[in-house]
Amino acid sequence: MSDRGETGALPGTARPLGLERLWPYALFGTWLGFVFTRAEVVSWFRIQEMFRFQSFHMYGIIGSAVLMGAVGVWLIKRLQARSVVGRPMEFPDDPFHMPGYQYWLGGIAFGLGWAILGACPGPLYVLIGNGLTVLVVALVSAVAGVWTYARLRHLLPHS
Amino acid sequence: MSFLTQPWPWYVAGPLIGLTVPLVYLYAGRKWGVSSTLRDICAATVPSGLDYLEYEWRERGGWRLAMVAGLALGGLIAMLLGTPPVAISSATVADLAALGITDFSGLAPREVFSWSSLATLPGFVAIVVGGFLVGFGTRYADGCTSGHAISGLANLRVASLVAVIGFFAGGLVATHLLLPLIMGGVS
Repeated sequence: MSDRGETGALPGTARPLGLERLWPYALFGTWLGFVFTRAEVVSWFRIQEMFRFQSFHMYGIIGSAVLMGAVGVWLIKRLQARSVVGRPMEFPDDPFHMPGYQYWLGGIAFGLGWAILGACPGPLYVLIGNGLTVLVVALVSAVAGVWTYARLRHLLPHS
Repeated sequence: MSFLTQPWPWYVAGPLIGLTVPLVYLYAGRKWGVSSTLRDICAATVPSGLDYLEYEWRERGGWRLAMVAGLALGGLIAMLLGTPPVAISSATVADLAALGITDFSGLAPREVFSWSSLATLPGFVAIVVGGFLVGFGTRYADGCTSGHAISGLANLRVASLVAVIGFFAGGLVATHLLLPLIMGGVS
């Protein structure tokens, strides 16, 4: 699981990390929700276009985002930058081994949903904000999907 | 200020989205992703006694729940400022029209995504089944587009690449094989 818990207070920081301020994240999310909408990555039509290979738009976005992100991460590692709040950098430390079944099977399951719904989790929240209130039902259904996974996971191949 | 209301080209939007990865690292030291919030919401709302959902969701997930509340707010602001119709390729319009879609004015077709369409087969499948698969699949794969395609690939994770390939395989099957079956009922 990539879910990493809080590491606790570091020497010199004013508050335990578990009580971190939330408003910077809300501000970040607000910005991102606006960007996602203007980028049109939240549009069912753009997702259809992507899966039909009828436009470069989504590929351009994902490709340039990955490139920018990778360069940024590389710079942070290179410069050994520290985070503002003091948390040690959560770089996933994957030893090079064949990724397990969960990534293939979970990925395919998600992909099926992504194309049909036209939204992945981030855009789902953004679309509700944009006025597609019926997608609250999709959100509830997604949570039901999580519960189902939680219930069945000991039966499913992971690695 | 037309950039506030007009759609942005990929070469502006993409790098801005990509920048979020190092920026969140520089502020919080965190790898950011959205799908874990579905787990947090489940843990917070469903008494389950299941291991996977028994964790301190306020501590582990508070930050990302704040983030997704922001996502909705950002979407609201975008809507209030005015979101123009999405100018997709005419080839896509033709393909979708052949499936029975006629409303191209919004972010998603209203004949499928509306409270009234929920009672129809296409609406139900798209919203309820689609949503279910998103929730189930992202947690099984331990990440979604933001967690794997953006953050994971920026970290050069092979597991994320596999997940992304899976995403696309599933998406292609759904688009080309399943959608015609689902949309058969669009009026």
